Amino acid sequence: MKITLNGKKIKCEEEQTILQVAKKQGIKIPTLCYSERFHPKSVCRVCLVEVNGKMMPSCSTKVKERMVIDTESQRVLKARKINTELLISEHKEHLTQTKKHELCVLAKDVGVRQTRFSTIGKIHNPNEGIGIARDDNKCILCGKCIQACEMQNVNAIDFAYRSYHTKITPAFEGRIDDSVCIHCGQCILACPVNAIYEKDSIKDVEKALKNKHVFVQTAPAVRASLGEEFGLEPGTLVTGKMVSALRKLGFKEVFDTQFGADLTIMEEATELVERVKKNKNLPMITSCCPAWIKYIEHFYPELLNHVSTCKSPHEMFGAVLKNYYIENSRIKKKNAVVVSIMPCTAKKFEAQRKELNKDVDYVLTTRELARMIKNHRINFNNLKEDNFDAPLGISSGAATLFGATGGVTEAALRTAYELETGKDLEILEFNQIRGLKNVKEGNIMINGHDLTFVVVNGLHYAKELLEQIKKGECKYDFIEVMSCPGGCIGGGGQPIPTTKEIIKKRMQALYVNDENKIIRRSYENPAIKLLYKEYLGRPLSEKAEELLHTKYTKRGI
Amino acid sequence: MSSDEIGMIIDEVIKGPDGKPLLLPLLYKIQEKFGYISKNTAHEIAKKTKIPFSTIYGVITFYDMLYTEPKGKHIIRICNSPSCYLNNLVTLIKFLELLLNIKSGQTTKDKKISLEIVSCLGCCDKSPAMMINDQVYGNLNEHKIKKIISRLR
Repeated sequence: MKITLNGKKIKCEEEQTILQVAKKQGIKIPTLCYSERFHPKSVCRVCLVEVNGKMMPSCSTKVKERMVIDTESQRVLKARKINTELLISEHKEHLTQTKKHELCVLAKDVGVRQTRFSTIGKIHNPNEGIGIARDDNKCILCGKCIQACEMQNVNAIDFAYRSYHTKITPAFEGRIDDSVCIHCGQCILACPVNAIYEKDSIKDVEKALKNKHVFVQTAPAVRASLGEEFGLEPGTLVTGKMVSALRKLGFKEVFDTQFGADLTIMEEATELVERVKKNKNLPMITSCCPAWIKYIEHFYPELLNHVSTCKSPHEMFGAVLKNYYIENSRIKKKNAVVVSIMPCTAKKFEAQRKELNKDVDYVLTTRELARMIKNHRINFNNLKEDNFDAPLGISSGAATLFGATGGVTEAALRTAYELETGKDLEILEFNQIRGLKNVKEGNIMINGHDLTFVVVNGLHYAKELLEQIKKGECKYDFIEVMSCPGGCIGGGGQPIPTTKEIIKKRMQALYVNDENKIIRRSYENPAIKLLYKEYLGRPLSEKAEELLHTKYTKRGI
Repeated sequence: MSSDEIGMIIDEVIKGPDGKPLLLPLLYKIQEKFGYISKNTAHEIAKKTKIPFSTIYGVITFYDMLYTEPKGKHIIRICNSPSCYLNNLVTLIKFLELLLNIKSGQTTKDKKISLEIVSCLGCCDKSPAMMINDQVYGNLNEHKIKKIISRLR
């Protein structure tokens, strides 16, 4: 097909949008509400171009034979400016507050310094939930958060009302916590104006740092992304610098959630082997992702018996720390505070669950930690590398993989194989479940049993599996589900922007980290061995069941 | 508003290509039966049809003729679109409010009459226009309104 683009005759394929064709030709058209992940809605109108003399949104208009397109005409430039100004006028703080968000970038791009339109005087109270919060005063109604929520099959929010009364809200303008919101935070990553954000726990943590003995643990995905907040390349591992920064902030002991991950694997792999032996409650589904747990509690409560009873790694860690570790030290339990640094907003919700007895007191996201480091004027890039404290800072390479989709399965299989056969697995990498594909499956022969597994990231794809289980058609033994695209490295608490390319780089960093570790299987971790020897006995022992396993609530929609 | 009654109405409504009932006809029928769509009713619909609760609320609030709160026996819908607006609408609304002793969007104390300001009724030819229940009244003036309202009471 032939079209004319900015006076140049070019060939292009059918069924492509003008935006896609222009991108291929190296022509940049500004966008705001557009995202490759979602179906274009064309609500922001900043990607307007002139098509045969008519103004059309390039994100949703498909090319046609002999189309004449102008992306830079005076009329287009003027319309873009006006539309950007209108968008800015919706945003209560105009351009003052956050320099980083997409609307500011757009304004700079199209040459708008201020808006000549005034806001309609709408003032709303922020809708604060346990994990995430919405401030409608900043919302420009682009609808990306709704699409992100729809992608997760949750649909906690939608447009309500009409015209200038329009707002985005849970049903009947209820609180986020009363809705089916799973706190995954994908809407935060999608929002171009920071109208949705994590609930801030920095204040509470700073207060605890003053007069309590504060332990901190950091999730695997954080070390692969924290550097981005300080201008480092995506995929830079900053483990050592992060540890030094945490010490400078005043955390007394700096531990690694990966220890908790190793422990999770010991319990979960044993649970899997038991279930396969008894052929009961199969397929077994992972329980590490708190957003996923809340999802299944809401939408498929009848399948909760398939979910592993294991607590998530940071909660296991909290339980071990507050019971085992403190018993052996001079710290009083009431003085001990556990803070988790997580790539996740749902972990904030998880930490509040009653059945977990506040073993973890506060959860900070990657972004919050970066803010704290900046507020304390710590020059992150010049910090010396430091190591985690022993013994709860020792971990295997398998645990590192928890941060990426497929990682839990890979780690669990390394251990399950040993548990069943008594032999070490020879090839440790399971390449079929690595990478960013949304559904990945594989199988492994263990003692004559063909163990089949499937790895899912993004809840859109989990729904199909759950329907299969419901119908009794599911052929897998083990299912890993991570709510966020790419797993925790694409989590709702991660630095903004989090795009597919950035997720890939973070993922690669974790794989390299695993390869460089001396211990690569969870059962080889000496600290784990000692913990079982001294305290827990064996996986799934009575003590382990009490501390490391949990139960779920049927919530419904 | 029992859950069974709602279930029966859901069964009656035609299903869309995804197997779920068409939402607008469903909400309309529910309102026809109960007078309005309460939060509990909407929640019940969400549970039964698997249509997201937030979407149902979005649709109810989008349309002027779907209510989340009980309304009076008679509903006056006065048109707020350009033709009516230019034909002295603002004064008429004020007159109506005074006459009924309520603000627009409210219901009289005796639960008899509700006053709503709605988008175009499609009666621009006889603007300013209003609708009372299913009946359209056009070319309104204060005298005419007074007469119509007195007949309602």
